[in-house]
This record gives sequence, structure tokens and C-alpha cells, in this order.
Amino acid sequence: MKWIFRGGVPAPHRKNTKDQETAVMGTPSKVVIPMVQHIGAACSPTVKKGDYVKVGQVIGDSEAYVSSPVHSSVSGVVSKVEPMLYASGKMVMSVEIETDGKQELHNSINPPVINGKDDFLKAIRDSGLVGLGGAGFPVHVKLNPPKDKVVDTLIINGSECEPYITSDYREMIENSSGIIKGVKLVLDMLGIPRAIIGIEDNKPEAIKLLSQEAESDERISVRAFPSRYPQGAEKMLIYSATGRKVSPGKLPADVGSIVLNVNSVSFIASYLENGIPLVNKRITVDGPVVKEPKNVLVTIGTSLKDIFDFCGGFISSPYKVLMGGPMMGIAQYSLATSVIKNTNAILAFDKKEGDLPSESPCIRCGRCVTACPMNLLPLELNRLVMADKYNELNRYSVLDCIECGSCSYACPSKRHLVQSIRLGKDAVKRTIKR
Amino acid sequence: MLDVILALLPSVVAGIWFFGIQAALVVLVTTAAAVITEYLMRKGLKREQTITDLSAVVTGLLLALNLPPSIPLWIAIAGAVIAIALIKQLFGGLGQNFINPALGARVILVVAWASRMTTWTQPLTDAVTTATPLGLLKEEGLKAFSYYDLFLGKIPGCIGETSVFAILIGFAYLLLRKVITWHIPVLFTGTVALLTWVAGPEGFFTGDPLYHILSGGLVLGAVFMATDYVTSPMTRKGTIIYAIGCGLLTSLFRLYGSMPEGVSFAIMLMNIATPLIDRYTIPVSFGGEKRVG
Repeated sequence: MKWIFRGGVPAPHRKNTKDQETAVMGTPSKVVIPMVQHIGAACSPTVKKGDYVKVGQVIGDSEAYVSSPVHSSVSGVVSKVEPMLYASGKMVMSVEIETDGKQELHNSINPPVINGKDDFLKAIRDSGLVGLGGAGFPVHVKLNPPKDKVVDTLIINGSECEPYITSDYREMIENSSGIIKGVKLVLDMLGIPRAIIGIEDNKPEAIKLLSQEAESDERISVRAFPSRYPQGAEKMLIYSATGRKVSPGKLPADVGSIVLNVNSVSFIASYLENGIPLVNKRITVDGPVVKEPKNVLVTIGTSLKDIFDFCGGFISSPYKVLMGGPMMGIAQYSLATSVIKNTNAILAFDKKEGDLPSESPCIRCGRCVTACPMNLLPLELNRLVMADKYNELNRYSVLDCIECGSCSYACPSKRHLVQSIRLGKDAVKRTIKR
Repeated sequence: MLDVILALLPSVVAGIWFFGIQAALVVLVTTAAAVITEYLMRKGLKREQTITDLSAVVTGLLLALNLPPSIPLWIAIAGAVIAIALIKQLFGGLGQNFINPALGARVILVVAWASRMTTWTQPLTDAVTTATPLGLLKEEGLKAFSYYDLFLGKIPGCIGETSVFAILIGFAYLLLRKVITWHIPVLFTGTVALLTWVAGPEGFFTGDPLYHILSGGLVLGAVFMATDYVTSPMTRKGTIIYAIGCGLLTSLFRLYGSMPEGVSFAIMLMNIATPLIDRYTIPVSFGGEKRVG
């Protein structure tokens, strides 16, 4: 059975870096590690200025259930513990460490001992793993849905529908056996009967490799889905894989699914083997002004500047730098911000590609309505936000917006649709809190 | 906008072919007046210039195609000024008008200069005061023209409405370029066909739907006026309600109204109903429950 989600846009692929093997970047002289690298409660620093820390040592933790500990990615001396600029543009409590280059492992690091599901979930929490696809939801929470939800399908996201980004693709090419190993572990530990690995059909190599690896296990199937943005969005992927629709405000577990990124599952496999928490991340460095675009394995906490320097610097001075893809990425205010756990790309654009076009009036052509995979009316939401009519936004289900940016992409008048809708969502959420 | 202009060109050419130099003059003067009015209004309102978005050209062309060839040029100019100044710019410019500017202007002209707006020319001659096919049908129950002439446009009528053939070329182009979808034109004309067939002159199912489709402004209105983005609903469901409403009203006006033609009034009324339709056809989010209230 084929389920194809309605809407979306044929965003260009621009997977320029797909055939380049991951380059490993050395340890930078300094890292800045924020205490929030996930959805949920912020961690509190457990180290202070002057402390000597080693790789894998916990430097931030929280009592809250929906949270994930933060580890040092380097060995060295803590030089600052204070709020610093974060990728979202806000100031967030962070730990700055001056590295000594020895990269000694902390003595707490040992392969976890697993005797059943509870040990497994605890190990996942200890590993600091958050959803690596982008949203950064703590994985130990994902893997532990409420008792009354029966999960029958593990869905592995290898869609990678954002233009430019190839970090998931490289994982599928370079570590296909690790991915399948991780999938089997999760299936065994949680007693889930089947797994579906969903990959966009513009990645035939990855589909082939994973299919070969998964052949011996009949629980696992690899499926090719149409390359249509946003195929990799959680709700769209679940629909494509199972035909089930996650209702607004519900979770994948409500339709019997858990979704994990390919990088997340392969990390689970490696963590259970060596016990090294999440301290590295592969990211795609690309964009028209980057001298040597490539995939780089970076130490979490490395500044954007250091990474761009590693890629040969800029051809010309960048006009706009994004963390994430061109559809959903966040424009960066400074190159001093650092890479966090769920960063999957940093892109630098010149004025030609990076400039936000000026808006023309909405002519109500409805292209945004056709493009919206969530079935919303972006033009109406935009109109209400621009008119400060925030109280009417709920009538148009503003909170159901997944911020995929298909509307802005489709708009012939170049209106800043998703941008204004995000503002509106923020306003509505604040009202609800109050 | 350029695509719409290109799609209108076959109708302009057909109009000039059948109605001669006078038709060419009307098209030229109306379009120029629309663009000049847009320029002056933006200047007067101290807004940035918008004539390069070509929407005034489209409005001018559409209005011209909806005028009789023999219309005095000063009435044509008055129409362009009403369309651009009153209906479009005073309501906020592109995207803000609540009815289609060309259509609204035409309706005002029909009411204000009724006889001038219903004085017709025989195609390919200079003879005047011929009744239109719909007029003859209404007054005398007479089907005076062959389907072939109706299709090609060799009949009295407004400059752009007579040649269904030329309009269909434009329609095909708009579909090809994905400027519009088939829904509004097909459902609109389909509804008229169905109703004029059912409510025939000699009892049920005795009507002549083909004659109704091919005569008057139905096809021009359905392809170029009713599909105006600004004044039609934004969801597929709303679009369907809107198109069927246009067809229903057109049929009612044609069959039971005092005037032979009703396309303009039908579309205008549905333009006005569009915000209401939009309000009651807000779609349900992906995976959502049918909303209550």
C-alpha cells in the first residue's frame, strides 16, 4: 500500500556533498557547550570555573524526566560558566572549556550493563542521546511511551528531505551495519515487532546498502518514499510508512509508532559497545560561499567559525549563515555560536541566495494552501498575524503548523509566511501559558 | 500576470477580426486608461508604483473584452477609471478588492448606460443594433445562429465574449502554465448546462445547454473572471461551492431575469459571498477531527 501525503513542495536537492567521505576535524582550542540541547527542561551546570574535565564527563544534568544530560566533549579546564549566545539567538547558560588536546576519557566511561528494558532506557538517558533528526527530543522519553500505548512499528528516518544536508546520507553509506545493529537492539529491547526504514528515492545507494544489511532480519523493511519536501517530517513519514495520521497534539506512540533518525539508532549501537556518550556529530558544511563544502565530524561545542575555517574558510564574506537546512534552518547572528547535539548542517550563503526577497501583496492564489502538508491556510494566518489579530489564530489551527516552510517556498509574492506564523504560534503559546 | 495577458491575446485578436478597428480602439483605449488611472491613483495616494505588476493591464484588457464594440470611447474610459480607482485602489490595491474590478466596472456601466451597453454590432460588417443570440432567445425563443458561428464567434456580442474558440485557447494555456485549475470554469459552465437543460422552455429536459454555453459571456466569465484569485475562495471545497453558485445564479438570471444575460451579476454576487464561503470551509488539519462550530 502506498500512502502519499498531500501538499509539500518539490524543493531542489542540492546534495553537493553526498559523495564525500566524512572528514574528521581535530579538537578545537575551545568549546562552548550549552545546557539546553534538547526539547525539555534545561540542565544545570555540575562543574564550575577552574574544574578539570575529561571527555564524556557529565557537566550538566537535570532532575526533570523530559531532559537529557550534557557531557564534556573534550578534556581541559572550565574557563567560563555563564549565559552565552545560543543557536536560537537567545542567551543560554553554557560551559566554556579550554581544551588541553589530550582528549582523555573520563573514568566513568564503560560499556553499560544491560539486563532488560529498564537498564536499556537508563543507558539511553545516560548517553545524552536526543533525536538527531533536528528537533532534539530526548530519546529515552521517546522510547518509553505511556503503558496504555501499544507500539507496533519502529520507523527509522533516513529521508533527509532538506536541501544541501547529507549528514544522514553519509551515515547510511558509511555505517549501514551500525544502523541495522541499532534497529535490532531497539526492536529486541522494546519488543516491537517491525521496523520500517524510510528513505527518499533520490538516495538509491543508501536504499541498496541498508536493504542488504537488513536482509537477514525479516522484521526490518527498507522503503523508498517520493523525494518531496517535507517527506522527513515526523507526521508525513509516519503516514507514508503506515497510513496512520497523528492527530494534532498527539504523539507518534498514539498511532503505535516511534520515530528515530538513522544517526540516533546507530549511536545507540555504538554507545552500548563503548559507553562513550554523545560528544561528536557529523554535520554538512555547504553553501555557495564555503570554499570546501564537505561533511565534517565535529566535537560538540565547536564554534561555527572553527568549522568554516576547517573547510577552507569563505570564498567571499557570507551574507547569511544558517544552522540547519535552507527550509527550516535558523539564521545565525554570530559565528561564535557552537554546534549542539542536533545540529545537522551549517550553511553559508552570499547575498544573491541569502537575501530575503521583499514581499508583494497577497493575491490569494492559494499556492500556500496547496503546499501546506498540514492542511492549513498560511495566507489567512499571515494576514491575522500582520493585523495583530492573535486571538483569531486558533480558529485557523495555528499551533498545528510544523514550520516546514513549504508555504514561503511556494508563494509567488515571496511573502514571509512561515516567519509570521512562527511569531503567531509564539504569541498564542504565551497566551495559553498565562 | 503576464500569463493571463498572453492567454487573453487570442480573444483580443478574435474580437478585432470580427469587429474591426473599432474593437481595436476600445481595447487600446481601455487598457491605457486603466494603466494611467493606476499610476495616478498610486501617486495621489502616495504609495509605491505598481503598474509594473501588470495587474492594471489585465483589468483594462478584461474590461475591454466585456464591452460592446460600438461603445463610445468615453464610456470605456469611465469604466477603466471605475475599475481601477474605485474598486481596486480605494479598497487597498492589488489583493484587497472584494469584487473583480473589471466585472464591477462592467456592471456599473450596464446600469448607468443601459442602452449604450446593449447596442450591438453585426460581426464583419458595420451594421448596428442587432440583438445578441441570448437576446433573441429570451425575447422570441429564437435560436438564430448555428453552433458553428457561436463557437467561432461570428455573432453579435461583447468584443471578447463571442469567440469561444479563442477563449478556449487561452484556457488551455492557463491550464498548461498551471495559473488556474479546471475546477471553476468546468463546474460553472457545467452547472449552467445542467440547469438550462433541465429547465427548458417546453418543460423538463427540453433546454438547449450547448446554445447557452456558446452564447453570451459565460465562457469568458468562467475562464477569466470567476477564476480571479483575489475574489474566489482559497480552498478546493470553497471553490466548488463558489463555482456551482456562479452557475446557479447565472441560470436563474438567464432563465427568469429581466435581462438576457446574467454572468456578470452572478460572478459579482459570488465574489461578495467569497469571504463567507471561506469562513465556513476552513479545512481540518492533517490528522485532525472534523471541527464542530
